Amino acid sequence: MKIGVPGLRTIRRIYAGFFLFLFLFLLWRSDFAHLQGYAVGLFLELDPLTALAAALTSATLYRGLALALLVIVLTLFLGRFFCSWVCPLGILNQISSHLFTSTRAADDYKQNRYHPLFRVKYYLLAGLLVMALLGVLQIGLLDPIALLTRSFVTGVWPALQWQGAEFYLSQPYFLGGAAIAALLLAILLANRFMTRFWCRVLCPLGALLGLLSWRPLLRIRRDVDRCTDCFKCLRYCQGGCDPNGALRVSECHLCMNCLEQCPEGALHFGLPQPRSALGKALDVSRRRLVESALVAAAFVPLLRSSYSVAGTPHPAMIRPPGSLPEEPFLGRCIKCAACMRVCPTNVLQPALLEGGVEALWTPILVNRLGYCAHHCVLCGHVCPTGAIRPLTVPEKIGDNRPNGKQEAIKLGTAFFDHGRCLPWAMHTPCIVCEEVCPTAPKAIWYKKVELQDRQGQKMAIKQPYVEPSLCIGCGICENKCPVADQAAIRVTSVGESRSLNNTMILNNSPRIGA
Amino acid sequence: MDKHREEDATASAAGAESSEEETGSPKTRRSGSRINRVEPVWSRRRFLHEVGVSSGLAAGVALLGYVGYSRQAVREKSPEIHTLRDFRVTADPHHPLLAVVRGQQVEAMVREAVQVLGGMQRFIQRGDTVLLKPNVGWDRQPEQAANTNPQVVAAVARLCREAGAKAVWVTDCSINDPRRSFTRSGIEAAAQEAGAEVRFPGSNDFLMTDMKGSVLKVWPVLRYFQQANKVINLPVVKQHSLSGCTLAMKNWYGVLGGQRNRLHQNIHPSIVDLAAAVRPTLTVVDATRILLRNGPSGGSLDDVKVENTILAGLDEVALDSWSLALLGLGASQVPYLAMAEQHGLGKVDWRSLNWMERQVG
Repeated sequence: MKIGVPGLRTIRRIYAGFFLFLFLFLLWRSDFAHLQGYAVGLFLELDPLTALAAALTSATLYRGLALALLVIVLTLFLGRFFCSWVCPLGILNQISSHLFTSTRAADDYKQNRYHPLFRVKYYLLAGLLVMALLGVLQIGLLDPIALLTRSFVTGVWPALQWQGAEFYLSQPYFLGGAAIAALLLAILLANRFMTRFWCRVLCPLGALLGLLSWRPLLRIRRDVDRCTDCFKCLRYCQGGCDPNGALRVSECHLCMNCLEQCPEGALHFGLPQPRSALGKALDVSRRRLVESALVAAAFVPLLRSSYSVAGTPHPAMIRPPGSLPEEPFLGRCIKCAACMRVCPTNVLQPALLEGGVEALWTPILVNRLGYCAHHCVLCGHVCPTGAIRPLTVPEKIGDNRPNGKQEAIKLGTAFFDHGRCLPWAMHTPCIVCEEVCPTAPKAIWYKKVELQDRQGQKMAIKQPYVEPSLCIGCGICENKCPVADQAAIRVTSVGESRSLNNTMILNNSPRIGA
Repeated sequence: MDKHREEDATASAAGAESSEEETGSPKTRRSGSRINRVEPVWSRRRFLHEVGVSSGLAAGVALLGYVGYSRQAVREKSPEIHTLRDFRVTADPHHPLLAVVRGQQVEAMVREAVQVLGGMQRFIQRGDTVLLKPNVGWDRQPEQAANTNPQVVAAVARLCREAGAKAVWVTDCSINDPRRSFTRSGIEAAAQEAGAEVRFPGSNDFLMTDMKGSVLKVWPVLRYFQQANKVINLPVVKQHSLSGCTLAMKNWYGVLGGQRNRLHQNIHPSIVDLAAAVRPTLTVVDATRILLRNGPSGGSLDDVKVENTILAGLDEVALDSWSLALLGLGASQVPYLAMAEQHGLGKVDWRSLNWMERQVG
């Protein structure tokens, strides 16, 4: 055993540990108290799959997504290093494979052989990319970085907070967070049945990187003279890439475990040597590929002809400030939940099916859980794909003064439910909504009226109204309304700035004197 | 138990070895099968043991049933109910009860106002833990006058440190997100710079507290009020649509968690209950900038008026009554003041008290 120079496996483990730590660290920094100056979206931006898919839907390589080019270029030279060295889900899978392994050593050799099942991920990739090309972005459902970010934001971290960790001031809640995180648990548990099941069989990013590493300059190479066919290299092989035979280049994650296992020194990582074995090209069936592309293409009109907010507005589909109109929004949102992590009030929630199938797990505002903080624009600044535009505060809050030129961003409009409102229905003073309304002048105003109660007693009371041209739909009135279950004032999406058809009043912006 | 298990093991091992003898012809024995292994004949001792163990388990089940039996579906835990202590120091007729200081320098004005009342050493002793309660309700900047001026918070914190306070904490239950409110109000930075710590209202930071009021009974109150031994109220002068104004007495809204929005339904008695429940060591009112309209959240600089005034006092009713004039209100328009006086919390007619007005700089 050599001492001193660390082997490639050790170096890989150091990198893996570092990147897993970095992922968790940046996710922890992604809130108002810690955000300043950190590249919290780094992993989402390094991800070539989201960059490619979002570029297919809208023909732009948005801002930080250009970082993905770095991974693409490195992959062309080195192969699929990302999966074992950088990808936090890959690294978690590797760790859990190690922990959950249920096979005997003798079976590891069989289990780590290449299996035709590994082709599935290429078909998934083909399907998802064809959909993206036709304008439907569903890559975020399966993209490992988006999936892991979403699972941590809506599931793991709230659960840790519940266990006593202090990530947040108050316990955050996310609609269906447990179900989202259950998918992650299932992925980790699948390693019990096959080492790195997700990475080998399902991961569309792995497939994309596999395609990109069809002719890497450097790779694992086997000296055919030295090799005694002992198969020891298969014992800990992470990719299932047959280093004992013709290497499946597109399956190899460069975990470097085989190098350490080979007793003959027959394996090396680098350029070919005089007696290096040939590699094996990508093993996919063209017919299956065409089939999956066709199925995906057939699914697009199905999706587009089913209900979506783009055609018919839905009252509960209130999008974060700066969101693009629904169609381009869905063409860019990868459901990564970065916006939900950074939101200080917990108002941003993963949508269920309110906005149609396409909008599953995209961000909406649920004002009973939070409200849009008046001066907060963080969601747009962490959105990796620009589904939510990065706004400045003046851009968001606008200028209501008579000579003001900038219109405020409207998320929707608040409406009173007179049957539930205390001053309107129950002769009870309240106007909390007016107190908390953040616009100046306030969008909620009141009339002093004199009423008669049941006993005929006269009483003076203030009854609130909404001025729709001033209301920005931030939802703090709904959030703070003392009617606890269903508020007596509720925001719906009508009047939202981003939509041309979700409208109500013809003359929508009369200036009210300040 | 263990002994028997061992016996079983040896017996079955012996059985496996000598199974040919026991089961007769090798033809009838299924090699490698465990199904046909024979249980050893029980001795009397074994029988008694087995009966004993089963009876013991049965008795355990019966006992659990006995202990757990209840005619209620859930067991009620009565939560621990706290009460707030009186944070006031003993009265001293030699010092005024109300000081009004006008000037330009916030720090100097605060120092002068506290000095008029007898100096901070009258209120804070060495080793005290002091809790400052400014109004940090809103995610607004200092100029918008929706929150207490951060310079006032810093000046009071510094005075407490100079008087020997072991720790100075700043807290409030903000209406907007507390982290944003403390940051953008400038109060977090000012407090830290003055040697005070911000205590955020996390969801676990409340204790059920008996407010002993006519409207307010048991409410969740920030636990820091149990941990500190001195409390200083630092309100800002603002207009409020329902109560008319939000001043020193209404500033105690910020100790409550829970569904405190309901207090609006009976706001004047609620304010009196709050002021009766929390009796501070000292109150310093920030009237450097006041919010005249669109309160209590404000938002427009057009609604802010610069008054460059600091009040300090030991009578919250008198302080509120004095400040009303800044908002163009009279005591008759604000019912809670008379109610508070009736409750013995102070004097509406502040002129009848020992008071003093000063100009600094």
